[in-house]
Amino acid sequence: MKIVGQKTRRVDGLALAKGKPVFADDIPKKDFLYLKILHSPIAHGRIKSIDKSKAMAVNGIAAILTHEDFPIHYFTSAGQGYPEPSPRDTRIFDDTVRFVGDRVAVVAGESLEAVEKSVELIRVDYEELPAIFDVRESIDNKTIIHPGKDGFSFLHDAKRNISANIDEELGNVEAGLKESSHVFEGTYFTPYAQQASIEPHITLTWLDENDRLVIRTATQVPYHVRRIVGEVLNLPVGKIRVIKPRIGGGFGGKQEILNEEVCAAVTMATGKPCRLEYTREEEFYAARSRHPQYVTYKIGLMDDLSINAIDMEILQNSGGYGPHSLTVMSVTASKTLALYRSPNIRIRANSVYTNLPPAGAYRGYGAPQGFFALESLMDEISEELQVDPILLRKKNYYVEGEEVPIAKVLGEGRDGFPVILNTNGIEACIDRGRELIDWDILRKSEKTGIFRRGVGLATVAQASGIAGVDMGSVFMKMNEDGSFNLNVGATDLGTGSDTALAQIAAEVLDVSVDKIIVLSSDTDTTPFDTGAYASSTTYISGAAVKKVAEDILRQILEQGKLILGVNEAKIADNSVIADNGKSITYQDICTKSFYTDHQKQIQATASKISYDSPPPYNATFADVTVDTETGFVKVNKIVSITDSGQIINPQMSEGQAEGAIPQSLGMALSEFMIFDEKGRAINKNFEDYHIYTSIDMPEIVAEFVYTNEPTGPFGAKAVAEIPINGPAPAVANAIYNACGVRIRKLPITPEAVLTEFQKITDEG
Amino acid sequence: MTTFTINGKTVAVDLRAGTTLLDYLREHGFFSVKYGSDKGETGSDSVLVDGKSMNASLMLIHTLNGKNVETVESFAHGREVHPLQDTFIEEGAIQCGYCTPGMILAIESLARENELPSEEDVKDVLAGVYCRCTGYVKPVKAAMHYLIAKNGDTR
Repeated sequence: MKIVGQKTRRVDGLALAKGKPVFADDIPKKDFLYLKILHSPIAHGRIKSIDKSKAMAVNGIAAILTHEDFPIHYFTSAGQGYPEPSPRDTRIFDDTVRFVGDRVAVVAGESLEAVEKSVELIRVDYEELPAIFDVRESIDNKTIIHPGKDGFSFLHDAKRNISANIDEELGNVEAGLKESSHVFEGTYFTPYAQQASIEPHITLTWLDENDRLVIRTATQVPYHVRRIVGEVLNLPVGKIRVIKPRIGGGFGGKQEILNEEVCAAVTMATGKPCRLEYTREEEFYAARSRHPQYVTYKIGLMDDLSINAIDMEILQNSGGYGPHSLTVMSVTASKTLALYRSPNIRIRANSVYTNLPPAGAYRGYGAPQGFFALESLMDEISEELQVDPILLRKKNYYVEGEEVPIAKVLGEGRDGFPVILNTNGIEACIDRGRELIDWDILRKSEKTGIFRRGVGLATVAQASGIAGVDMGSVFMKMNEDGSFNLNVGATDLGTGSDTALAQIAAEVLDVSVDKIIVLSSDTDTTPFDTGAYASSTTYISGAAVKKVAEDILRQILEQGKLILGVNEAKIADNSVIADNGKSITYQDICTKSFYTDHQKQIQATASKISYDSPPPYNATFADVTVDTETGFVKVNKIVSITDSGQIINPQMSEGQAEGAIPQSLGMALSEFMIFDEKGRAINKNFEDYHIYTSIDMPEIVAEFVYTNEPTGPFGAKAVAEIPINGPAPAVANAIYNACGVRIRKLPITPEAVLTEFQKITDEG
Repeated sequence: MTTFTINGKTVAVDLRAGTTLLDYLREHGFFSVKYGSDKGETGSDSVLVDGKSMNASLMLIHTLNGKNVETVESFAHGREVHPLQDTFIEEGAIQCGYCTPGMILAIESLARENELPSEEDVKDVLAGVYCRCTGYVKPVKAAMHYLIAKNGDTR
């Protein structure tokens, strides 16, 4: 392969480096109305009345819309497959508010200044209702957060505050635990964590010259935006065009129809172009974040260290609404249970409503929560049984050729499809990482004194798209200079997927990457794609690109043979070469096909749906130093080794891991949301919610071991999400190795480390 | 009336009190300067003012009298790209690209004031520009390549 497996300059690199106007907000906004949301100041209540007279009187205000302006219609803000597996529990504006930050009204005006003033002048009279803030008190609480109305559906058990439930068993877990020689159990907690893309949510809407609604928005799911906005505003999708320009990071936060329907509603009501951008503060309390989970594993092992039973329970906080609540839990279970073989498996999981902000999609999508629990417990088991943690793990991995039974029962809110492992490079990942982190020396080094150094390990899995659900499609045509237009529905959210897809096309067509002109994510000009989530773009959309390019190549050969008047020919050096020595270049084939010989446009389309979703695997190692006087944990180094099959672009893939690691370290050590007794978020800015900056970064080593996945394009599996799963449990395990402190709750604050360390010291 | 230069061009403005440099720049099509937060934490609103990297959202327009403002729009000349921009592309230092202009300004500001910056110096100036995509690994590498090529060996 000449292009796949090599680094290349990003197709959008030059524009981004030059600061060109390529993001959603980077257009002139003459005549635009500026929009602001009035957010609920209370956690739970019914709106008795809204007085907007004073607010409307502010100079320059064009419209104020509230629940009174819309018919009752329930939908889900989750951008997922259809029918959506998330509960339809959300209205554009509701007469009940369910968290501090819930939408009450939208104000539109000629300037942001006027709108900000007007928002303050809306008078809302609330009947305050009791609120639930502790997820453990939600089920069967007297307070019912979604009492339900007509059109409210797909709910598991709203009367019990349960937004989603999973109850599955393979084999017999009770019996399996009983016959086990050792049984271990632990409950682990992960908090709300923020995607924190640097570009906030931003949407611009207007009516084009033909009165069609144009939505220019920072989204990972343009086709879901079109469908849901159409549904909410009762517009045929043919009247809507969604354009995703470059977007400033997503990480799942933009897999949501967060405000697109509100902005569009104002354009439809006023006929005016509108702009709605969240402030950083709104991003923290009125967007989406990672679902907090309590995850409990009970694991039974036989004398030979083989796992005989895994019993898993999840209690998940959905917040005030339930987007992604079923599928996130499903991923927590299906990804963690795809790592270790166990003849008996049970999952009992509930996602429950509370009066805190609704969670949503965030890179890893449930898997980071699950792997923090599972990989912490595996370490605890190895400690208890005095066995090497690597040996314990290696004893239990699924191996190539084996079936992973959990995949069959947990799909996207329905049954899934069987996974037979074609490739599993986990052992090679461990062996490489062990060497790079100096495991054998640091694991056993002296653990005394004030500063104690230790190393920890976590091994993790993910998937490559959602089997039987994710679909990518492409259109390609040839130009007479030998370049090719590649129009893809796939959505590049900053990962570089446009470039990876161009590399796949270039490899097939045997041309350089600059001959591929990529246009992505415009619902008028690019064909359908489910969107950029579930680590699907390279594996699914990439396979569609490979198919379409192969079709184009076949057509080039056919046209070449027709023009040359021969029956046998081959393709080499950007030409069709006949057996008799005659040849014709790509350029001449296309030019003659346009104007003179056997006239046609060389063009093709392709779609890809996969019933396979091969798991990528990763081993992450952490080297930390704990200050036992302050409890402060310094991460010295993270080694992240991934099996993602054949890597399409090593430089960009390293970048995926290098970026995922500090997100997970934040979850491990510094990132969490704090709410006061009224459910109000306190830390709503980057001073109080600390994400990793350049000076916080440890040394990072990100490498790949190569396997050749037969179902993936050129042997590829996914990269995207998997490197976020390992760092948090690896750090927790390294802290234990360093100073004997085991923390089962994230983030691991200095206070928690110090408290636990003092307990050990006192006992000792 | 406030008079200052933007990318070499002198402008005289008379704006409502409280208008920030960020408001002004985005209104006038300097879209490389971006909103990221209200307290300047993200640094996506970075500009160079008299050669130093500053947060445009924290600068009121009337304080700019006589100052020289530069944005990334002035770095590439026609089709010729600035070597730092080129290094960012070559090293894979750009993912979503939202923070890239701010990073480039921070590094260029360092390069102008310090002839022999170290990797620690680079990390220090990049601490004012948040990035959620790259983990800063490749941006730091790109900065070092650029600085070494420009100044010879660094410390």
